[in-house]
Amino acid sequence: MARITFIQNDGTERVVEAEPGMTVMEAAVKNNIPGIAAECGGACACATCHVYVDDAWREATGSPAQMEEDMLDFAFDVRSSSRLSCQIKVTDALDGLVVRIPEKQF
Amino acid sequence: MAEDVIKTDAVIVGAGPVGLFAVFELGLVDIKAHVVDILDRPGGQCAELYPEKPIYDIPGLTVVTGQELTDRLMDQIKPFGAEFHFSQRVESLERLDGGFRLTTDTGTVLECKVVVIAAGGGSFTPKRPPLPGIEQYEGTSVFYSVRKMENFKGRDVLIVGGGDSALDWTLNLAPVAKSLTLLHRRGEFRAAPASVQKMFDLVEKGDISFKLGQVTELHGEGGKLRSVTVKGADGATFEQPTEVMLPFFGLTMKLGPVADWGINLHENLIPVDTAKFETSEKGIFAIGDINTYPGKLKLILSGFHEAALMAQQAYHYVYPDKKLVFQYTTSSTSLQKKLGVK
Repeated sequence: MARITFIQNDGTERVVEAEPGMTVMEAAVKNNIPGIAAECGGACACATCHVYVDDAWREATGSPAQMEEDMLDFAFDVRSSSRLSCQIKVTDALDGLVVRIPEKQF
Repeated sequence: MAEDVIKTDAVIVGAGPVGLFAVFELGLVDIKAHVVDILDRPGGQCAELYPEKPIYDIPGLTVVTGQELTDRLMDQIKPFGAEFHFSQRVESLERLDGGFRLTTDTGTVLECKVVVIAAGGGSFTPKRPPLPGIEQYEGTSVFYSVRKMENFKGRDVLIVGGGDSALDWTLNLAPVAKSLTLLHRRGEFRAAPASVQKMFDLVEKGDISFKLGQVTELHGEGGKLRSVTVKGADGATFEQPTEVMLPFFGLTMKLGPVADWGINLHENLIPVDTAKFETSEKGIFAIGDINTYPGKLKLILSGFHEAALMAQQAYHYVYPDKKLVFQYTTSSTSLQKKLGVK
């Protein structure tokens, strides 16, 4: 089990528990975290589950694969910490992960 | 004008898997259908969002990709000769005596006895960058597609994005615009490598500029854009003189004009009954992801079931004087004739 903190643009925080194997996007949707639209349902095809990974967790979450990097072109206000949360697999090593949700997905 | 009107039994709004299967179910009960879709090809989300993604819950198919499912459905409905109207969106719906008149944004007019809304998550529309005040520039200085090249003649054009649309329009508008700048957040492109090469050739020749960065603010007044603020790759901002901006950030789904057709809605979904899948309006049905009812699951297979039941009721509107006898494709000679297998 991994605990993930989602921080909204206004500073509101929510901590949810996620099973290893699911994605960070799935953890958000399952717990009704606002701001994660995930229109395509996790196919890396819409860029509406964009998050900023907290600096302390950048290494543990790794960097985006080619397909994800391409899809990030369709996100708004992309930063070096940008990831699509449907492409981050939850593992026990990510217990404590902190991600921030952009002001708007689009 | 009257001769331009297409008359048919049913119009299906949406060519996703459920809209396609509706052609089949309507066809079995002798209802001819026309299908309208905003995309340029059949498949809806299956084609646009996950053509390569495997689907595991279509009965009888252990695994099938979105594109394969679309292809199979197109093959399955071939005997019914439905006509497709792609790259258009149904804008308006009017009630006629005993039917409906639908008009698309490209001017196609269809008259029918029943309307089947199989529009999924809504129609695919270009993403609007969440830049403050962007609405006031849309249609005058900000465009999400190019309808008339004229609009760009002699103007300072900024194209934003790194996909095929951004690159294609960069190449097409370069000779027309007064100045053209392509802005992209990184040095790599998802667009076709040949287009990227052509773009860099134009940059080399000094015909256009390519800059790294993302737009953060728009400046102008009265719907006329003057410049935009760009945050460059190094984090520093600069002003980019811009009269026309074309942002290409892909597509998103919006309910669109369906909301104005006088049908009851519930949280952007269309409530239906679970016997006929009819909306609050007689003769207008809603099937697939766009409808809602107690226990609704947004599954393709649910949409298939809904299409079958919808067709039974639609028959009564198209053939009010006839009685429908339920038949199986396995045993009915007349159904097999319609399918072209007998």
